[in-house]
Amino acid sequence: MGVLVAFGAGLLFGVGLALGGMTDPRVVLGFLDVAGGWNPALAFVLGGALFVTAIGYRLVFRRRRPLLGGRFSLPRATEIDARLTGGAALFGIGWGLAGYCPGPALASLPAAHAGTLVFVLAMLVGLALAKARTGER
Amino acid sequence: MFSVLWLQALAGGVLIGAGAVLLMAGLGRIAGISGIIASLLPPGVNDAFWRLSFLLGLLAGPALVGLVLGRSAVGVPAVGLPGLAVAGLLVGLGSGIGSGCTSGHGVCGLARLSPRSIVATLTFLLAGGATVFVIRHVVGW
Repeated sequence: MGVLVAFGAGLLFGVGLALGGMTDPRVVLGFLDVAGGWNPALAFVLGGALFVTAIGYRLVFRRRRPLLGGRFSLPRATEIDARLTGGAALFGIGWGLAGYCPGPALASLPAAHAGTLVFVLAMLVGLALAKARTGER
Repeated sequence: MFSVLWLQALAGGVLIGAGAVLLMAGLGRIAGISGIIASLLPPGVNDAFWRLSFLLGLLAGPALVGLVLGRSAVGVPAVGLPGLAVAGLLVGLGSGIGSGCTSGHGVCGLARLSPRSIVATLTFLLAGGATVFVIRHVVGW
């Protein structure tokens, strides 16, 4: 059952990314290009996602446990340190270079563009390096 | 024309949010893509089943939209292979070190009003915007 729910959640997420234009790097770069012909579409994607998640989470957290049992697994870290900002800055530079972040890049793989595969493989190397250095995240 | 595109973008965002809420409601998990991928990489792979199913659904999403629209919902990469390799490495390293990406910090974290996620999201939006600015308007590629 958990596997089905996870698949459904991933499917909603993937459909949303594609519908929102996030699987097109040019749309993403157009959003980040505030000084050029700014394309605000992604502000609607992020805004819509944030609105639904903020309200949905509120309702969900009224329960003690997830519907399928277990417990809510939320990040416990609270420090705002150089790792957080440095990591986010590196991530942002990569995002601005290619117009891909992890979800859309992965969701674009079935379209079989060689460049997407190169990006995803390099991203896996980066994630593995970061994980090996910092341990369990 | 524009309003239709914006409505479609808004609908896309609503579905992304629905996916994030479903994963939290059902399994109690954050829909952070970089974290889900990183947990599947060695060392210490755990809870692989739900993570792989989520990623499978993620992969199927754009294909489904493509079928319904009758055209590919996936764009062509915007830069060459060396640029994509560098960008991929930075995105992987950065989201690994910074504990999250657009989905984990930008959607799930902001929705919880996590101060860390607010700082991370502002940082990567600024860094992404600055990078595009330098490439397009300073270097002029």
